[in-house]
Amino acid sequence: MPRHLLSAGDLTRESALHILDTTERIGQAIAGREVRKLPTLRGRTVVNLFYEDSTRTRLSFEAAAKRLSADVINFSAKGSSVSKGESLKDTAWTLQAIGADAIVCRHSSSGAPHQLSGWVDGHVINAGDGTHEHPTQALIDAFTVRKHLGDVEGKRIVIVGDVIHSRVARSNVLLLSTLGAQVTLVAPPTLLPKGIESWPVTVDYDFDRALAGVDAVMMLRVQRERMGDAFFPTTREYSRQYGLDDRRRALIANHGIVMHPGPMVRGMEISPSVADGPGSVIVEQVANGVIVRMAVLYLLLSART
Amino acid sequence: MSADLAILITGALPYGEESQDLLLVDGIIAAMGQDAVTHPDAAGAQRVDGAGLIVLPGLVDLHTHLREPGREDAETVETGSAAAALGGYTAIFAMPNTDPTADTAGVVEQVLRLGQAAGLVDVQPIGAVTVGRKGERLAELAAMAHSAAQVRVFSDDGDCVSDPLLMRRSLEYVKAFDGVIAQHAQEPRLTVGSQMHEGAVSATLGMTGWPAVAEEAIIARDCLLADHVDSRLHICHLSTAGSVDIVAAAKARGTKVTAEVTPHHLLLTDQAAVGYDPVFKVNPPLRTSPDIDALRRGLARGTIDIVATDHAPHAIQDKECEWDQASPGMLGLQTALSIVVLTMVEPGLLDWRGVARVMSEAPATIGVLAGHGRPIAVGEPANLVLVDAKAHWTVRGSDLASLSRNTPYEGMELPAPVMATFLRGRPTVLNGQLVG
Repeated sequence: MPRHLLSAGDLTRESALHILDTTERIGQAIAGREVRKLPTLRGRTVVNLFYEDSTRTRLSFEAAAKRLSADVINFSAKGSSVSKGESLKDTAWTLQAIGADAIVCRHSSSGAPHQLSGWVDGHVINAGDGTHEHPTQALIDAFTVRKHLGDVEGKRIVIVGDVIHSRVARSNVLLLSTLGAQVTLVAPPTLLPKGIESWPVTVDYDFDRALAGVDAVMMLRVQRERMGDAFFPTTREYSRQYGLDDRRRALIANHGIVMHPGPMVRGMEISPSVADGPGSVIVEQVANGVIVRMAVLYLLLSART
Repeated sequence: MSADLAILITGALPYGEESQDLLLVDGIIAAMGQDAVTHPDAAGAQRVDGAGLIVLPGLVDLHTHLREPGREDAETVETGSAAAALGGYTAIFAMPNTDPTADTAGVVEQVLRLGQAAGLVDVQPIGAVTVGRKGERLAELAAMAHSAAQVRVFSDDGDCVSDPLLMRRSLEYVKAFDGVIAQHAQEPRLTVGSQMHEGAVSATLGMTGWPAVAEEAIIARDCLLADHVDSRLHICHLSTAGSVDIVAAAKARGTKVTAEVTPHHLLLTDQAAVGYDPVFKVNPPLRTSPDIDALRRGLARGTIDIVATDHAPHAIQDKECEWDQASPGMLGLQTALSIVVLTMVEPGLLDWRGVARVMSEAPATIGVLAGHGRPIAVGEPANLVLVDAKAHWTVRGSDLASLSRNTPYEGMELPAPVMATFLRGRPTVLNGQLVG
């Protein structure tokens, strides 16, 4: 295991599979238990350092740490010393002083967890940084794919939507490629970053064409809040070109699954009938989030003990 | 009558060529070669051992940020002057993005006087093109030109004069006093939220890109405008291969355009951003290897006229933070000559006469600054720098004279340390140390 989990690119095929296997074992260990809690991280302190609102990710990490019996401190930038002007470095030193063994960092600036890792002794987990990465989400997605399709290697996976602003897409491209999947990105050209030629993916602007026979389709959230300007003419046109509806759902292989990291914009990115229909594993992704994060915390923190 | 100030530099190599003695008397080069030793003032002169050291005209920087008035925690005119002298400079042009903005005769005269008080280099203020550098209406350019500061270079650097009509008017207006508009070429709509060069690295790091075309589009437009009104245009910190091509084409057409490149754009690429260390955040951003190749070739063949530092000191808290919140800019004055030697002289792209041209003569000409950038010849002002081309030095931010520490070369071993600098015959630096 790397010392920190800052990027899905930090993971080798071997370490990624180790995390997924550990997730599997943790899932089995707590399945059916009345008290879903393991004593593994008793006495360790995990800080959720959230500079950006994200109830779903914070709750997931909090649940993961608590189920491993760690002490959890939640630090939200809002209303804290940060809003009084304290720098990230000073906050890092505070966390260092209180003995944080792991820091789960969510930040609106790309690279902030990377910088943080240079200032603290504890392990840093990137819980989403700007438009850069969200590696545990990619692990969740890979775990979900593996659970439903047996393996990630050789699977054809399409990632659709707002790639340019998506940390989920960046992490998934890296991890799924490391695990041997064939990844296709589908989006209007305005939502694909310049320089994408260097990524280990194929790119298609035609959703229908890209969907034929794929094993999994991952829809991305259209991040309207990051769009200072029009990246596409109207939501109606976007939905027509890149929304996943029943007709398109039928183009996917029979065993194919539908994924979305949430939160979804129903009716635009995905129709309700597809989101809630057969092959949709969207709710399961959230459930898998807790055990994947338990595995990550366990492996990072136990590496030091 | 004996001279007030006489210095005999022995055995130095003007332009890296033949070994000669130089006698500096009362601010001018009084004699060279055999005549220097036999000159009546040589007997009582202070002797400086220049054996094996290269002599160049004192360097002139057309693009320095001194931060005073307003951000004296990052740099003052005095500390910036010290950094300049230690870097071999005898004159620097101070950019107007201070607080208040240098957009009136009063502020440019204040900067001029602070420079005179420091007395280490000639500090020549640059005036803002528009009031408050807001790009809305012209500042009182003639008042600045006719002030004690005699401003000839005008720039909204840090921001682009993006309104084409305002740019046209400013180019036309400064013709009345042989002024030049120094443009920070950055199309603002194409660079909203930009953090680094747009390309493969920005795509991977998840940072909003600053596309090359945003620079090139403005340069192309401004060359056409300069042509149209037959005015002098200077392009600040060229950073892309496409920009070099556009300037070359404009020059071939006869456009009165000059251009500069910074040392860091001759050496560093966007790969430097991979560690998210904001010391490498600069505007325009670090580009790619093919851009560096084009910039070096452009400088070697004269398409790019000068090297300018874009010395941009920032207080520690403005750099030790998240990349997207950090201020763009790097220190440059004390490392510029070494980087030019590393990137241009050592690969054989430029000889020492070429260095004198791009770092002294041409910037003084563009900025219409008398007494600087002159040849090393008898009767010329004794603004000189001595460089040890055979030695190396290690960059330590904490050792630099600037109040700030944001050098991208921390820990690097660089060639050609500056050993001495003379401003009008008076040493400001000797043995690599400030004098006085």
